[in-house]
Amino acid sequence: METVSFDWQPLLLTLKLAGATVLLLLIVGTPLAWWLAHARSRWRVAVEAVVALPLVLPPTVLGFYLLILMGSNGALGGWFQKIAGHPLAFSFTGLVIASALYSLPFVVQPLQGAFESVGRSPLEAAWTLRASPRDAFFSVASPLALRGYLTAVVLGFAHTLGEFGVVLMVGGNIPGETRMLSIAIYDHVETLEYAQAHTLSAVLLGFSFLVLLVVYGLNRRLPVRV
Amino acid sequence: MNRLEARLDVRYPGFRLNVDLSLALDGVTVLFGPSGCGKTTFLRCIAGLETPPEGHVRVGGETWQDGSRCLPTHKRSIGFVFQDARLFPHKTVHDNLLYGYRRIPGTERKIQPDTVTGLLGLGTLLNRRPLSLSAGEKQRVAIGRALLTSPRLLLMDEPLANLDAQRKQEILPYLSRMRAELDCPILYVSHSMDEVLQLVDTLVLMEKGQVRAVGPAAEVLTRIQPDKALPASLAGSLLETRVTGHEREYGLSLLSCNGQPLHVPHQDLAAGSRLRLHVLAQDVSLVTGPREMQTSVLNILAGKITAIEPAGEGGYSVNVLIDVGQPLLATITKKSLANLKLQPGQEVFAYIKALKMIHN
Repeated sequence: METVSFDWQPLLLTLKLAGATVLLLLIVGTPLAWWLAHARSRWRVAVEAVVALPLVLPPTVLGFYLLILMGSNGALGGWFQKIAGHPLAFSFTGLVIASALYSLPFVVQPLQGAFESVGRSPLEAAWTLRASPRDAFFSVASPLALRGYLTAVVLGFAHTLGEFGVVLMVGGNIPGETRMLSIAIYDHVETLEYAQAHTLSAVLLGFSFLVLLVVYGLNRRLPVRV
Repeated sequence: MNRLEARLDVRYPGFRLNVDLSLALDGVTVLFGPSGCGKTTFLRCIAGLETPPEGHVRVGGETWQDGSRCLPTHKRSIGFVFQDARLFPHKTVHDNLLYGYRRIPGTERKIQPDTVTGLLGLGTLLNRRPLSLSAGEKQRVAIGRALLTSPRLLLMDEPLANLDAQRKQEILPYLSRMRAELDCPILYVSHSMDEVLQLVDTLVLMEKGQVRAVGPAAEVLTRIQPDKALPASLAGSLLETRVTGHEREYGLSLLSCNGQPLHVPHQDLAAGSRLRLHVLAQDVSLVTGPREMQTSVLNILAGKITAIEPAGEGGYSVNVLIDVGQPLLATITKKSLANLKLQPGQEVFAYIKALKMIHN
């Protein structure tokens, strides 16, 4: 019987990567999206274009540049190796950074749109009620942008789940470290283990559908429509 | 006494606000002028929502802007009521009301939630969400929310402009009560004289980014040469009167204006109550003949002409200021002036053809 040795590791690792990526993107993407929504700087357009790059760039191109940057001789990789003692490329940390860049527009653009539609008016009202800009962000702008956050989390998460090219370039195929779901499926197909490929694919399909179902259901029930 | 001192120079393409204003903050000060005259920008500068590169704002001895140094909005003791209410849609009415209240120190909470809820009739709305409120209700909540920060100065930016006439009439009594019961000076921006006549104490006339006239409303409105910022149709007088009795068989109430009788449609007011009247200059005719003359006009005030000046555009009319115990302004034609040979110092009768009652 070949059902004995089903390998769940790639699935769990992929969920971990997607979670870590979304978390990182929320922390970095929120201030970036806020700046894009409110700044009147002439740099705004340039930054917007850079953020959108991963939408049009082939993942292998992005992955290739990241591999160079993160390699032991790369600017980021060399520095990382000195501090951490192991290379950044072909590590889980390296994958999180690469995935974050790859999924950047999927998190920043919904957030930016949400902040823009909240606008300046409710913030002004909060400031006149003694709320500091920071206080106003957390007590007014964020709750009003909740739908934007939900969309950002879902898109960022789902996009990371399915990534292949960047993972292959930067992560390689180290079991337990960088062997993600899409790579595992590819491997199984290559070695004609169709049963394994079927199971993993079905799990991913079911899981993705379930997440979207829950999120769209929640979205309808949210009290605030912006 | 709270004073507001503001020296501001704001430039946008095609617009300049240049104001040097110093006034006592007492009761309701109305900034009046046509759209685009800069009154809202002025208010936003006081609030710190606009920060002109150069300016000076002092309120009650506290400096809010000095040159380019600006105190951020959240550190200014103001309340701001926006034209569009701007309630927080994700919070209940109750939480909207307490948003600012919770953010000021306990010792500064001079105005209490119960007071505001009672004053503005918000008791039944507390658990509702802003989206389910009517425009008038929203604006009442917005006013209450601003008041609950116990501001040193309440700024109101055309708070009634988005409401239809009926809703305006619903809110105005609340504003009057607020003015009477809370000791909070108000700076009120409006382009509609109707809505502010019952509130106004001090009037600031603005036009094209400049202040044209400042003073007690009764005095600014009756200026013998009405400022061009004041539409000719609004030049007139505010008369303070008292109710002396009622003539029920005619459906009239009897008023006393410095001892002279006036009649108005029946008002449900006790004898002795104060009633403010607005009399437009164009609704006053002058008669030199004897008082006994037969006329259908009921309201006739005897007085003495104090000044005569040309009025308005066109050159065919003049303004005549008459002292009837209070200043009363009449606009008549030049031809009538010549026919009647009116002179300053002359005794005349002012026939009042129409007047508007303003309840406090």
